[in-house]
This record gives sequence, C-alpha cells and structure tokens, in this order.
Amino acid sequence: MVEFALPKNSKISGGKTWPKPAGATETREFKIYRWNPDDGKNPSVDTYYVDTNDCGPMVLDGLIWIKNHIDPTLTFRRSCREGVCGSCAMNIDGQNTLACTKSMHDVKDGAVKVNPLPHQPVVKDLVPDLTNFYAQYASIEPWLKTTTPTPQKEWKQSHEDREKLDGLYECILCACCSTSCPSYWWNSERFLGPAALLQATRWVTDSRDEATGERLDNLEDPFRLYRCHTIMNCAKACPKGLNPSEAIAELKLKLVERQM
Amino acid sequence: MSDSRSSMRTPLGRVRNLGASHSGTTDFWRQRLTAVAMTLLIVPVLFVVLTLVGRNHAGATQILGSLPIAIILLLFIVASTWHMKIGMQVVIEDYVHNEKLKLAGIMANNFFCAAVALASIYALLKLSSGV
Repeated sequence: MVEFALPKNSKISGGKTWPKPAGATETREFKIYRWNPDDGKNPSVDTYYVDTNDCGPMVLDGLIWIKNHIDPTLTFRRSCREGVCGSCAMNIDGQNTLACTKSMHDVKDGAVKVNPLPHQPVVKDLVPDLTNFYAQYASIEPWLKTTTPTPQKEWKQSHEDREKLDGLYECILCACCSTSCPSYWWNSERFLGPAALLQATRWVTDSRDEATGERLDNLEDPFRLYRCHTIMNCAKACPKGLNPSEAIAELKLKLVERQM
Repeated sequence: MSDSRSSMRTPLGRVRNLGASHSGTTDFWRQRLTAVAMTLLIVPVLFVVLTLVGRNHAGATQILGSLPIAIILLLFIVASTWHMKIGMQVVIEDYVHNEKLKLAGIMANNFFCAAVALASIYALLKLSSGV
C-alpha cells in the first residue's frame, strides 16, 4: 500500500538551536532539515539565526550565510543563484521552489522552514537523490529524432511552429513539479512525472521531429502518463511559471486524436 | 513493483522496465464520455426518481413502462457503472502497490460493477414489463 507515514528511520526528532550571531541587530530564524548518513541518527530540524543586515535577501543567501558563518556542515546544492540551473530546488515554507529566487521576506510568519524536496531519498541534509528523476528524463529521449537525411544547413521551422514550444522549452529540470505531485509520490517508479512529461510534450510538439508517433507510443500507458489526474500541484510549484498539467493534457488529447 | 531501488539494474533499465502497454487512452476517453453522458442524463433521471416517490408498485410499473423513460434509466445505469468501474480502478492503481492485491482488487471491482449494472438492468426491465 501507499505510505502515509514516514518510515521509522525518517521520523524527525529534536534538533539543535544555534546561538544568535553576536552583535546582530536584525535576525531571521531558519528551521532547516538535517540528516547525516554517517552518524546513524534520525533526521532533525536545526534552528539558526541569520544576520539579515549582513546577508542577501534570498533564502539561498541565508543558507550560504549559515554555511559560511555558523555551520559549515550544512549541505545543499547551488550553482547559478539566479533561477537558471535548478540546483537549489527545495521545499521552503511548505512549497517546492528555488532557494535562489525565493525571498526570505516573502515567508510571512515566523521561521523560514527549509526541507529537501519531498518523497525522494535524501543523500544528505537538503540534497535529494534525483537518479530516478533523471533516468525518467532520459527515457523520453530528449533529442531531435529524424529519418530524413540531415540538411546542409539547419532544420527549418516556421515562426508559428517555434512559438508552440514556448512554455515547454524553458523547463530547467529542477524537479519542483514532480516532487510536489501526489501521483508521483505514490508511483514514482512507474509514473514519469510532470517534468519528464512536459519535456515529452516539448519533443512531441516540435515540428522538426519525425518520431512523434513513436514518442506517443512510448508514453501511452496507464502508469507512465495516465497517473496524471490534473491535480495541478506541478503548475503551482513551478518556479519558472510553466504549466506541466496543461502540457500533459495536450499529450492525452493527441493520443485521443489519433484514435478518432 | 518487483524492482526495488536496491536492485543492481541501471536507473534507465528500471524506468523502461516492461515498456509501455500502449493502453489507457480508451479508458481515459470512456471516463470522459460517461461523465458527459451522466451530466446530460442526471436531470431527467432525477425527474423520474422524484415522480416515483410515494407511488405503489402499479404506479411505478406504469411510469417505467414508458419506452423513453426506460431508455434514459438504462443509459444512466450503463454510464454510471462504467464510470464507477474506471474510477475505482484508477484509485486501486494509485494506492495499491502489492501486485497480487492489485490484481485481486481490479478483478473484484470488475465483478462488483458488472453485478451492480446487471442487477439494476434486470430490476428495471422487470418493472418496465409490468412484472
């Protein structure tokens, strides 16, 4: 059956409260999920205080400040710090988003609560294991597939056909959508999830691609595609403002269309 | 799933697994078809049910003996039990991960929905024919 409670070794216990930084006039409280695979203990939530006068406005700035000034063992992924790479996706204040584009001032009440992306194995602290997520992306074969010999110059595409890829190509594969989807939580081994399906739509929609039918064949499955029940958590979570739900609906429509 | 994350199979191999079943679209379409059918039928069905309230057996057989009324009710029975069958199967597939239990659940769901449909159709035909 589906798991509604955390397994014993994932139950969160206690946590350390670190002292407020000396001399700070304004601080912001952060409550951060901690888990170390090496100490054999259950996860905990540690409390930190960030000196907001010495720190940038984003949640990622806060995390980097904590790592630099309080606790160097705090582990998280980050790279571009401007919402392009998707590395710092995590659950902030109950919502999956990018720590680098989420302002800590937008978290209204109390502490800034930071957890790893939900329902994924944790590698350490805020770092989830996204192996399955990336394999699902690879499974939709995200590259141009053609049989016609490659032209001397580029594969041509009209402006109208190029516009059809808007809202699809911008995905940065941060996994905020897939890990916010209850269908993905319950069936992540068989349901491809909103991110991979949005990418599948991107290739099915591309006018230059010649493998549209083959792509649809590989998606037509009660689990791979039809686990999507249009819950829309994906669209709510997407930090790039995309709508994977709508993209998945387009796939379903195309599958119906080719039967009629 | 038989494959757990501790298996030594590659992540892509696990995702591809047994391949796509090339099915699901028919159920997806039928679920929408029966939903639209029920939306259209619900008002006449409610009207028939309300007119049946308080009638005795003779009164009921007289109303249900009318061909259009019987057809409306038959269509509603078929649409709703079919919708029920697909909907329940989705719930089972979502939440039951034990393969044997899932197969048994889907089988029981099919039997139950078929029984409900046939019992309802039998009862309606019996009343429609004045028995």
